[in-house]
Amino acid sequence: MSNSPTTLFDKVWDSHVVRKIEDGPDVFFIDRHFIHEVTSPVAFLGLEERGIGVMYPERTFATADHNTPTINQHLPVEDPLSANQLQQLATNSAKYGISHWGLGDPKNGIVHVVGPENGITLPGFTIVCGDSHTSTHGAFGAIAFGIGTSEVEMVLSSQCIMQPKPKKMCINVNGQLGKGVTPKDVALYIISKLSTSGATGYFVEYAGDVFENMSMEGRMTVCNLSIEMGARGGMIAPDQTTFDYIQGRPLAPKGADWDTQLAYWKTLKTDEGASFDEEINFAAADIEPMITYGTNPGMGMGISKHIPKASNVEGGVATYAKSLDYMGFSEDDSMIGKQVDYVFIGSCTNGRIEDFRAFASIVKGRKKADHVTAWVVPGSHIVEAQIKEEGILDILTEAGFVLRQPGCSACLAMNDDKIPAGKYAVSTSNRNFEGRQGPGSRTLLASPLVAAAAAITGVVTDPRQFL
Amino acid sequence: MAYDSFSVLKSSAVPMPIENVDTDQIIPARFLKATERKGFGDNLFRDWRYDKNDQPKQDFVLNNPTYSGKILVGGKNFGSGSSREHAAWAIYDYGFRCVVSSFFADIFRGNAINVGILPVQVSPEFLHEIFTAIEKDSKTELVVDLPAQTITISATGASESFAINGYKKHNLLNGFDDIDYLQAMKSEIADFASKR
Repeated sequence: MSNSPTTLFDKVWDSHVVRKIEDGPDVFFIDRHFIHEVTSPVAFLGLEERGIGVMYPERTFATADHNTPTINQHLPVEDPLSANQLQQLATNSAKYGISHWGLGDPKNGIVHVVGPENGITLPGFTIVCGDSHTSTHGAFGAIAFGIGTSEVEMVLSSQCIMQPKPKKMCINVNGQLGKGVTPKDVALYIISKLSTSGATGYFVEYAGDVFENMSMEGRMTVCNLSIEMGARGGMIAPDQTTFDYIQGRPLAPKGADWDTQLAYWKTLKTDEGASFDEEINFAAADIEPMITYGTNPGMGMGISKHIPKASNVEGGVATYAKSLDYMGFSEDDSMIGKQVDYVFIGSCTNGRIEDFRAFASIVKGRKKADHVTAWVVPGSHIVEAQIKEEGILDILTEAGFVLRQPGCSACLAMNDDKIPAGKYAVSTSNRNFEGRQGPGSRTLLASPLVAAAAAITGVVTDPRQFL
Repeated sequence: MAYDSFSVLKSSAVPMPIENVDTDQIIPARFLKATERKGFGDNLFRDWRYDKNDQPKQDFVLNNPTYSGKILVGGKNFGSGSSREHAAWAIYDYGFRCVVSSFFADIFRGNAINVGILPVQVSPEFLHEIFTAIEKDSKTELVVDLPAQTITISATGASESFAINGYKKHNLLNGFDDIDYLQAMKSEIADFASKR
């Protein structure tokens, strides 16, 4: 290895290249592979058709999350198609010796929540899953990204995929975040500035004191949303916050192994003078609580602002008009005071304990608005247990909220948690695409604080008035 | 998963001049419950194509008999969002073999090639030329020549070259996939893994 200054991304990428193909992709080795019930069945079918097996089953971890119900998980899953997918995940995992955390397992939960909380996600690893929000794991200084089902089959059968190396982007955010500004707002702000395709072709490193001062939960929220600006993934250099989070987790290294790994992890940072293909700077002071008004995550703005005019937006005027028409909004509208019918807190973006603490900080001592239907969905059973232990459940119950069981839930509405057509949902999830949360649903992406303020008042509300 | 090899495709095209077409539109999540890779074409663009009573929406391009062909021409940032390969399967199953846009989302681009769809990235200007040509004549023919890496509007002769790496080009021309390649180098992978 050369002594020239190197980025964190290059250090991790280059150490995982098995073979470089001339005028082609790299054969890229994968340390950890997560699978779930929706994007894996066809990959297993492919293995069978080819008559090949799983090369390293101990490097793959299965959890059921995408289509699972969030109530009555002890009962058989009613939807036969979902039940079939769940059964296939169980059968395939058993057949090939893959650990499987199915419905009801105490370790079950959303794949991007359970990986880190069990110590499977570690710095310097390469991590993939048939889910674009795999970028979450980059919070630990891992290269983590979503793949398609053909690639799931590649990883199962050879522990490798074929990847052209992305370009490198560094996004610096420095300064002090204002009151009520959460990691979700930082991410939505960056996406609103870059657009949903602004980082396509790049892998992002987030740097600066805003991220250095952020908890692991917050870093996961930020890295999770990297895909929403088109980036393949995003990562943050591991530091003491990272090491403290990992130490003692069930599958984390222990004893002498811990010491060896830790020494390596401490080398995982971008060297002074290393260069990126693109470097972008933002000031923390410019960020306020964010909310989206359109049908992609780049259509976001500070909650006190007005919806931009088409003439001030880059890109197609027709596409912009179609989007606002779908949402039932007009140019120059204020978002404050818009009606809210549903509130969803959860998902791999904001389904961790810190998110429920934030939500509870506002609903404590207040009451849910009568006309609002709220779905409060923990990211995992471990998060669910924390919510109970910390007394958050009592606060939620007192305020008129019901805690559901873990899963992806209304983020993509594959289960029964669907927002009805035409209704408005303030959602802590990651995508406001047309119909994402149910056919005809209208999604406003926001932080847990904004979601809590909306749940209490029944309209879009600046959460800072409650803080 | 085997697919038909791709060489030169001559076809009329279906225009969809909308930007940021995400994979949730291409195939909504509620149709991802199959455990086999077939039949996804029926639900391609489901919620743009059908109303809530499952009746075809007459103003959507796939329901307009004026337009047909094996080439789908989309606006900038086609295929953004979810990594679901089902989006590429749906496009293939419906009968498209090529998607043209001025910009593709990364994961979709990779998925498309892996299932035998050629993503052709052209300049915004050339994309505009294609849309204009289709507007003039809905049956206008496009020629996508993979060996030469060019796309041509037959009526005007306007042409542009497109990029694809040599490895993926070879795969598409021959109907090979990455798994064949990886299976052939498993001992090298095992050596690598043993050192990690």
